[in-house]
Order: sequence, then structure tokens, then C-alpha cells
Amino acid sequence: MSQPVANCPQCGAPVQFRWSGSVQTVCDFCHSILVRTDVDVTKVGTVADLPPDASPLQIGSEGQFEGKPFTVIGRIIYEYEFGGWNEWHIVFSDSTSGWLADAQLEYDVSFAKTDGPQPPPADQVYRGHAFDIDGRRYEVTSITKAHYKGVQGELPFQYWDKEDVLFADLRTNDGRFGTIDYSENPPLLFFGRAATFDELRLKNLREFEGWR
Amino acid sequence: MSSSAVSPPVVKAKALYCPHCGGPVQLRGFAHTLSAVCPQCGSILDTSTPLVHVLQEAQARERIEPKVPLGSRGKLDNVEYEVIGFQTRTIVVDGQPYSWDEYLLFNPYRGFAYLSEYQGHWNVIHTLPLIPDMVPRAGKNAVRLEGRTFIHFQRSVAETTYVLGEFPWRAHVGETAQVDDFVSPPLVVSAETTEEEVVWSRGEYRSGADIWKAFGLHGSPPRAVGVYENQPSPYGGNIGSLWRMYLAFLVVMAALMFGFVVTAEYKPVFHQEYVLSPGAKVAPSFVTPVFDVTGHTSSVRIDIRTDLENSWAYFGLSLINDRTGQAFDFGREVSYYHGREDGEDWSEGSPRDSATVPAVPPGRYYLRIEPELNEKQTFSDMRYEIDVRRGLPSWGLFALAAGLLLIPPIIGTIRRGSFEAARWRESDYAPSITLGGSD
Repeated sequence: MSQPVANCPQCGAPVQFRWSGSVQTVCDFCHSILVRTDVDVTKVGTVADLPPDASPLQIGSEGQFEGKPFTVIGRIIYEYEFGGWNEWHIVFSDSTSGWLADAQLEYDVSFAKTDGPQPPPADQVYRGHAFDIDGRRYEVTSITKAHYKGVQGELPFQYWDKEDVLFADLRTNDGRFGTIDYSENPPLLFFGRAATFDELRLKNLREFEGWR
Repeated sequence: MSSSAVSPPVVKAKALYCPHCGGPVQLRGFAHTLSAVCPQCGSILDTSTPLVHVLQEAQARERIEPKVPLGSRGKLDNVEYEVIGFQTRTIVVDGQPYSWDEYLLFNPYRGFAYLSEYQGHWNVIHTLPLIPDMVPRAGKNAVRLEGRTFIHFQRSVAETTYVLGEFPWRAHVGETAQVDDFVSPPLVVSAETTEEEVVWSRGEYRSGADIWKAFGLHGSPPRAVGVYENQPSPYGGNIGSLWRMYLAFLVVMAALMFGFVVTAEYKPVFHQEYVLSPGAKVAPSFVTPVFDVTGHTSSVRIDIRTDLENSWAYFGLSLINDRTGQAFDFGREVSYYHGREDGEDWSEGSPRDSATVPAVPPGRYYLRIEPELNEKQTFSDMRYEIDVRRGLPSWGLFALAAGLLLIPPIIGTIRRGSFEAARWRESDYAPSITLGGSD
């Protein structure tokens, strides 16, 4: 799965893209945000120090979802008024990629949906708003204005200069999950479901003092 | 694989100093903790930013000691949890405040759970990543989850009235949420509604003993008072089986009644009076008119009453089925002697007798009677009566047994009924009580 190594245009350290679909990564040494184009790797910014977080996941963690093994290769960190969460970028053994959200240790796995319905515009979405997607009723359970707090590792798109981002979270009666990400226009859609810690069979997790 | 080594291998527990009193505050929830209560001065601190500030001044009231101490660890549903937060929440119903305690449980991998306690009744609660379907039932709201129907029990506004420990949100005194509880014992599904969101959760009833065992606590748990909203009924599980046993008993008894011929009551079928004159050389055999023997197969009793005095007679009898010719043959000798000897009355025998023919199928029958009189009786006629009676099974005993055996299921049903009544008395759907009334 390892891709050819490039060099960081800032510090010259080797930069490895673990997934062929990765567009952006962060240099492990100088924390430059690097974007890969067809011809080269360009520095577009620098990540600030990441806020302390207590997610048990880290880059390199491995797990399974519905029988398919995955590896964690990147993340986006968000904060909002009532806390924060991590969107871990996961790459499966068949080279598809998805997202493992860890919001106060409640886990959701979702995938970008490009053929989905047109979501309501940001100024018209409200909590309790319900609509049918693929024959299933989804209801908006929360609308969150989050602050982008940083990125780490590889991402499938450029994502580094965001500020406030509006999210609408959707739930069903059976644990399915959706997110409308209003950071782009038209908004991005992600669909998946809640997952339990045990079913994800996670390995290579962080350890916590006093716990084993 | 190259290691990014960005995250430290072991996440260290955090400690900080209270900006109000300067005392140390140890955090158990790592970076999840957004608010913590100073154990020294009771100030609620906002720990979400590196610069800790006081979110709420020290709580004026007396310190409450949680029954499960902060820092206790225990296994619930096979997951080890640490108690890291504690709050008292209060609702007001009819002007009366009711408070319960809520413990925040934490596992750094499996997340947060809650333990609630009200008057010795405990629940282990997990949030749900879904919105249950609403299914109104009999005028009440209800929700469906895990194939069960949860009936709406109560809506209230819960206000946080005391906090200790730490929370992954900015907990503070005065925080409110509208709480709707839906019950299907031993489970409860709750919706907590705030301005920001609706959080659904699922609680499962636990006894104090379960909790004491799980957390290895000393002493004994507080006694459970009354009936709690999702407390499983001790009479719930076996009432159905009591009634089923009762029905099975009725069936068996009825089968026995028909199988054996337990006869206690007799229904008259045929009656006739006859006269036999003495000196008849040949026994005057004759048949009676045909009579109906009804009902199921059971006994037939034939009574013979004579006016014999110091004499005897013999009756050859045959009960014959008019259609099939099936005959039940039997004989009876009647003899009666009495007198006075040495100033004392004596008697021997009886002027009457009876015979019971068991297991006679229903049908049309007649009797062939062949009476024979004592040849020494030459001076008077013998009058006699023949009575045929159909035996009936003794339903009286059956009814008595059936009645007595009704007692356990009825008591069970009443107990369950009163348990359920006690449960729902605490709900929004309690029958209204008139002040000063006899209720």
C-alpha cells in the first residue's frame, strides 16, 4: 500500500503517502501541510499544535468494519461550544476510504455519498427536520457550528484553511447516521451508521494512565 | 509502517489547581473533561481551556456524599467503569420536589455511561445513537425499541441541584432538561430535550445489591422504597404459568370425572309399583316399559322397596338395551324379619335393597323383572316399587377443587395488579386524587 516517497519541500524530510487517494498530508517533522498534485508536493500551510484529546485512536490504529479491515491514516479535529470530536480518515484493504467519527467515545462510521439527494441549504435546515433518503427516514438531531482545530496525516481532499463549519447530524430509528457538511457548496454528504467499540475490533490504540 | 509518533504512547491523567482555593483537582476523564468540581471548595471549574476558570461559585449547600464514591471502579455488563461524576437532579411534581442521583461512569475506550438511583432503585443507562419510532398506544405515547413497546410514564423538567466530580460537558447547578420516560420493565427509554438536542437513552433496572457487588462496596445498599417506574414485577413472569397450570388441572380433572364413575347424585329415570300375589308357582317374569338413560356413560342404580314383614323375596333383574340387546344381569334378595323377644325389639335385614350397575352407556333400556316370593308367605300380597336412577358424576367436589385451586392465580393476579397500580401511581397517568377524599 505504501506509495513512493517524496520529500517535504519545507524541511526535506521524506514524506510517504500510504494511500493512493490521499491529496493532503502533514509532514511529521516540520508540521507543514503538504498537498500532492500530479507533478509535485507543495506546502500550503502549517498546522498549529493539536489540542489535547483523549481519543483512543491514533494514526496507525487498525480495525474492522463489516468484515473489512481498515487503517487510520489521518484526521480532522473539530471543536464546538459543547466539546469536540475527531473525524478519523480510515482506508480499507480494498483501497476505499471512509470516516470513523469519535465524539466523546461514541463511534460512527460513514462514507462520502456523491449520488445522494440535494440536502436543504444551510439557512433552511433545522433540528427535527426529517427527510427520506434511500427509502429511510432521517431526522436532523443536531446542528453544530464547529471550529476547525487542525488536521493530522493524510486526507482525501485539501482541508486546512477552514474556520467555522456548519454540520447537521442525521439519525434514523435503527442506528443509521448521516452528516451534512456545509463547508462546501453544494454541501458534502456522509452516510453510515453507529458502531460499537467492540465490533470495530480496534488495535494499536493509545494507552491511558491507570487503565489497561 | 513508519510511526508518526505524534500522539504520546500513554495518555497521562491530568491534574490542575483550583483558581478559587488553590487546591489540587485530579482529573479522571483525561481531555474529555470540560468541567470539574474542586473537591476542596466545591467551585465548578471550566477545564475546557488551558486557563481554568470558575464556571460557578462554590455550592452553598451541605456536601452530599455519593453512595458510590467518586473513583470507584466496577464492572457493569462486562465493561470496567470508573465513577468520575455525580449530580443530583430534581423535578417538581404538584409542588413537591423529588430528587435522584446520577453517577457518570467512564471507560477511556468504551465511553460514558450513567448510573441513576432513586430511593434504592438503580438503573444503568447508555445513550442511544438513534431515534426510536413513536407508536401511540391506548391514548398514551409509546416508543418501539428492540422489539418492545415502551409506554410513556412521565414528563418532567429535571434541574441539576448538586454536582461533584467531572463531566464531558459544562455541568452546573441550574442546568435543566425536559425528560420523558417510557417504560417496559426492566427497561426504560428516556428522551432528554435541551435547546441544542434530544438525547435518547436506554436504562436497565438493577438492584442495590447488584451495584454493591459490581463496585465492591462495603455495607449494604439503601433499601428500595416503593415501586420504581421500570422495576420488574416480581409477579410478572409466573402469573401466566399459574393460570396455564390451573387450566391444565381443569382439563385433567374433567377427564378423570368422565373416566371414573364418581357418582353422588342420581336422576330418576323410571318408577313403578307392583303387586305380587303369593302362591304363584312359576315366577311371573315381565318387562317394564322402555325408558331413557341419558348423559355420558356412568352408573345406573336400581332401588327395590317392598312391604315384606318376616319374609323374603328374590328379584332376578336384567337391565337390557332396547336397541342392542346388551343386558346387565343381577339379582337381589330382600329379607326382613323382626319381632319382640324377652321384652326387646329385634330386626334382621331390611325390606329394601338396591343394586348399582356401573358404566352403563346412554340409550333406551328396559328392565326384565323376575320376582320370587318366599313360598311360606301365603296370606298376603307383596307390594313393591322399582326405581331406576341415572348416576351423575360428582361435579360438586370438582367445583370445590376448581374453586380452591383458583386462589393462587387470583392472588397472583391481584398482587401483580396492585404492583402495577403502585408503579403507575407515580406516573403522569395516575388516577387523580381528590384532596380530603377517602382515596
